[in-house]
Amino acid sequence: MLSIQEEDFDIATEYAALLESASNTGAIVTFVGLVRDTEQGLKHMLLEHYPGMTENVIQQIIDTATQRWNIDEPRVIHRVGELQPTEQIVFVGISSTHRSDAYAACEYLMDQLKTRATLWKKEVTTDGEQWLDSKPSDIKRASRWNENPKLTTPS
Amino acid sequence: MTISIKILYFGRLADVVGLRQAELDLADGDALLETVRQQIVSTHPALDDPTIRIAVNHTLANDNLTINDGDELAFFPPVSGG
Repeated sequence: MLSIQEEDFDIATEYAALLESASNTGAIVTFVGLVRDTEQGLKHMLLEHYPGMTENVIQQIIDTATQRWNIDEPRVIHRVGELQPTEQIVFVGISSTHRSDAYAACEYLMDQLKTRATLWKKEVTTDGEQWLDSKPSDIKRASRWNENPKLTTPS
Repeated sequence: MTISIKILYFGRLADVVGLRQAELDLADGDALLETVRQQIVSTHPALDDPTIRIAVNHTLANDNLTINDGDELAFFPPVSGG
């Protein structure tokens, strides 16, 4: 399940959906990304995306993850539009027979999403507005998965 | 043969160019993306930046792709979602 939406999401609802669609499940790993409230003078965050391409790219990442690890169909939600400090931005939920695959697939999905999905953040602060760029540390994290495709977890 | 394409600008590029969307008519129906990109960059020099990516019809493209009538080109900076 993949959704790009303005509305907030509910962890309990997503967890229940993961349980419902799971088969022979021994582990569920979830990740939630939030708007940090520590940025100086942050009023809100604006999230823009490229409709159509964003869904295509994230679906490709999901497809790769489901081929690479023994997991059920992931649930991925990414919010767009105006988000306030501490609000939820992104959800990734993975169910699997074993925790190692669930952990690895969840981290892979987030690493790839942050560096490939066509989404852009703009910070609106008391001093003005500023578009954010990818962080070198995020790009480095994402590239770990390409260095040895046979690895199930990054080194 | 003249063809018409749609161009989209995302993130900070929309601010730099001053618009989010444009239509462009090309005299050459067999234009490569490289030629189209150079034409657009000549109008908007700020787009001459190696970190900018271009997608054609929702797929990342390189310079040797042939652009066809009705194609949608998107210019965007490095992504920052998640």
